[in-house]
Amino acid sequence: MKRSVFRNRALPYLLVLPQVAVTVVFFFWPAFESLRLSLFRTSPFGDKTAFVGLENFRKLLTTPEYYQSIANTFVFASGVTAIGLGAGLFVAALATQKIRGLAAYRTAVLWPYGIAPPIAGIIFLFIFHPSYGVLPYWLGFVTSYEFNWLLKGWVAMALVILATAWTHVGYNIAFFLAGLLAIPTSVLEAASVDGAGAIRRFRSIIFPLLSPITFYLLVVNLIFSFFGSFGVIHAVTQGGPGGATEIMVFKVYKDGFIGLNLGSSAAQSVLLMILVITLTALQFRFVEKRVTYS
Amino acid sequence: MKRRVRAVAGLAALLLVVLPTAALAKTEIHLWHAMGGQLGETVNELVKQFNQSQADFEVKPLNKGTYPEVLTGAIAAYRQKNPPHIVQVFDVGTQTMLLSGAIHPIFQLMKEQEIKVDWNDFIKPVTGYYSKDGHLYSMPFNSSSPILYYSKEAFKKAGLADKPPATWKDVGEFSKKIIAAGGAKCGFTTSWPSWTMLENTFPWHDQPFATNQNGYTGLDTKLLINGEFGVKHIGQLAAWQKDGVYSYGGRMGQPDPKFINGDCAMLIQSSAVIGGFTKSLKFAWGTGPLPHWGPPYKKQNAVVGGATLWVMKGQKPADYKGVAQFMKFIAEPHQQMWWHVTTGYLPITHTAIKNLEAGYHFKKNPEQWTALGQLSGKPTANSQGHRLGNFAQIREAIEGEMENVFAGKKTAREGLDAAVAKGNDILKEFAAANKP
Amino acid sequence: MSAGGTFAAPARVAALPRVVEAPRRRAFDWGSVVVHALLLICVAVIAFPLYYAFVISTQTVQEVVARPPILRPSGHLLENYAEAWGRSHMPRLLWNSAIVAVVSALGKIAISMLSAFAIVYFNFRGKAIAFWLIFITLMLPVEVRIMSTYEVVGSLGWLNSYAGLTVPLMASATATFLFRQFYMTVPNELVEAAQLDGVGPLRFLWAFLLPLSWANIAALFVVLFIFGWNQYLWPLMITNSEAMRVVVIGLQDLIPRTGTHVPEWNVMMAAAMMALLPPVAVILVMQRWFVKGLIETEK
Repeated sequence: MKRSVFRNRALPYLLVLPQVAVTVVFFFWPAFESLRLSLFRTSPFGDKTAFVGLENFRKLLTTPEYYQSIANTFVFASGVTAIGLGAGLFVAALATQKIRGLAAYRTAVLWPYGIAPPIAGIIFLFIFHPSYGVLPYWLGFVTSYEFNWLLKGWVAMALVILATAWTHVGYNIAFFLAGLLAIPTSVLEAASVDGAGAIRRFRSIIFPLLSPITFYLLVVNLIFSFFGSFGVIHAVTQGGPGGATEIMVFKVYKDGFIGLNLGSSAAQSVLLMILVITLTALQFRFVEKRVTYS
Repeated sequence: MKRRVRAVAGLAALLLVVLPTAALAKTEIHLWHAMGGQLGETVNELVKQFNQSQADFEVKPLNKGTYPEVLTGAIAAYRQKNPPHIVQVFDVGTQTMLLSGAIHPIFQLMKEQEIKVDWNDFIKPVTGYYSKDGHLYSMPFNSSSPILYYSKEAFKKAGLADKPPATWKDVGEFSKKIIAAGGAKCGFTTSWPSWTMLENTFPWHDQPFATNQNGYTGLDTKLLINGEFGVKHIGQLAAWQKDGVYSYGGRMGQPDPKFINGDCAMLIQSSAVIGGFTKSLKFAWGTGPLPHWGPPYKKQNAVVGGATLWVMKGQKPADYKGVAQFMKFIAEPHQQMWWHVTTGYLPITHTAIKNLEAGYHFKKNPEQWTALGQLSGKPTANSQGHRLGNFAQIREAIEGEMENVFAGKKTAREGLDAAVAKGNDILKEFAAANKP
Repeated sequence: MSAGGTFAAPARVAALPRVVEAPRRRAFDWGSVVVHALLLICVAVIAFPLYYAFVISTQTVQEVVARPPILRPSGHLLENYAEAWGRSHMPRLLWNSAIVAVVSALGKIAISMLSAFAIVYFNFRGKAIAFWLIFITLMLPVEVRIMSTYEVVGSLGWLNSYAGLTVPLMASATATFLFRQFYMTVPNELVEAAQLDGVGPLRFLWAFLLPLSWANIAALFVVLFIFGWNQYLWPLMITNSEAMRVVVIGLQDLIPRTGTHVPEWNVMMAAAMMALLPPVAVILVMQRWFVKGLIETEK
């Protein structure tokens, strides 16, 4: 597509300068610093350092805990995304059925997005607490299974997934609403005239037209829960019990802050950065592909 | 007459100018700590007392998060050549601080500043934990020891005498009776699982926690918790978890609510919660020492938990005078007694303890005496404390494996073996990173 | 959360058309009742955690951990809130959080607009490099690079300063991405017409693009404001004085995390309620633009 451009010579450089500067200083410089740190073994206070090459990486890639954290991350990310998207689509679809009160409903479901993850985590901690939480209490009337997240890893994982998804469902609803409201009514009317039932309409018309948004939300939710969901786990489970909710980002923090093993923590940061770059590149490949036939 | 008025006015005006500037001229001493909530208020109060007691220095306390966050913050600041003067570091950070080369040992500080301190006045378990070569390196600040709390109501309901169980056997029996009588849903739970059930239980029974005298005499240390004693103790806890006698409640202070809301009849937790419980418990309760297995194990002593204040290098030389004065201030009997009564942390000098005794304090607060009683006596090589590098991480690993055991995923032996393997690995890393 | 580009649509939102037209049958009335009911259930489920938090903020410590759980508000609202307000020096905390949130949001929007504009509307040497430099930062949380970022900020002398608190939060390309996507949907004819009229690039940006982007900017502002407001670890690391603390840290301050004192969850929840009012208010006030802004951009 031929696009018109402006012809100034110096101006574009000036325009990108602020962002490039901030990025270089606050992203690349620390990134290189992490890279450098990852090749050393340092004492916490930095008074003794020794170059160890790729030893930190080797150690990392041979500890089962690291792979456990990768697995946890995928489980966590999938859970948050699935629940967030599923609930988001469901609520958004409901909210486009009626006009009356649409704005009120929309408001009522959007606001959890503003709640800080640690706060959300603590609230869910209360709800899930085996001793005084409402959820185990209510479930206790239905089953005698003990939903003790302090000992059962999967319950802890469910806790953090729900808490994280809760803060995000508003974001997903907003996007789905936008997408649903943009579907031309003429298309749907034509389909219902043709005798297509609600479910069929959804499957063959709405869902495909929604797929670019769904795809976008899929990617964004995944990336977010991979990398940005530190707050909930930090406030609630600290990776426990027994490492069941230790996701990669949390492990970086734990090994660095609590274990004071700056070399290993930096090595994990480097690996995470590579992962981000890969995911971003992939996202761009797919994103650009979608643009062409929109 | 007019002249006098003018003179007074002039003096007043002068004072108004001079006093604020005199206050401004106070040197600031920065103290980073981990005391939040009510505790933080108490720290601020203590610091205020010091600031008001002299005119040269002003200590500025700052809550920098949890213990690990405070330590990491201090490290980051130190690497930026801008550390605070005083840092509160938890017990498990002792080895890290000792080997860091970033600290100014307290005994040296006091000697340089020519402040006389009777080092022998500090109680032995405290000096044992935080000394090297017989000299105290950090100033003990908030120390506690784990004791057993029990609900008198639950005991009464089960027809038990109003006395805490002294042996682990009793703990089991009492729990079963209480559960049968409907006095509680579970017998007991433990806060700080590794600290109470391993780090303290081993010295209490004069069992070695790790080689090299628990790490005091060398860096090539290995854990010994998977020996016969460890397997027996954790194994019993795991069996009780299945029975419902014991109910694992999480790490740190997370299990406390189980005792507060009556779910569990007994709780093993730090003596520092005495104050909080006195305010918040709605039922009659008592305390007892940490339970013991009895013969053939000796009854030795518990080790202190909590944190101490470390002085960081890299400050202006003149500032150290203020730091030393502050340290002297908090060790004085009056402050020790005030701190103890207000926070529930233990008084750590013999003088302070004697003064409290003289005031019948311990008669009125027998729980505090319980805690102190466990710390009396001369520690052995197994009970002077722990000096393990990256202990915070080791504790993490141990508690993770304990959770596996209590969840029924591993046997006690398997769990402890795994914990030892991970712990030894961490110790090896630490030794390598701190090769002199 | 990143606010990347979204789905194409001509903006006919104002009418909020009914999407799913069901044939007019008597059964339709039951249908709408069912929909209302389902929606109310959803709202209740979503709102429950916050309601619960509010209840906790009105209780005493024993009531908080009581079994069975007490779900009705108790009578200690005023004392808990007063305690939380006073103990944590709320006004200062709220002020600092506001500065961090607003400055980092506006700053990021500003620099992103400029870069996206340059990338889309100019051809210049090194454009591809600039593009990739900026875009590979798309999502790496501060927590992961925190120690090194701390050292960098320290070397700049920005420790314990508003600059140190806000600028590092601007270093990611999510906003740039959004603007880029949006600018690419602006019809070419607009640019050509402007150029024919002799309008220079900066004027074009100010007079043409900016008005078109309001919805985007609003949506971005909401996301970035919340992101900045809810930061914990970074502000904790780089503030060394009470005067620079932000509200999320003040909250954690209220919980004794040494585990040896009974935490006052009720006071902490009261503080949490106060802390979450501004970001939630931002969402409520700006939510119309929030949704609108998402519709009007094109992937």
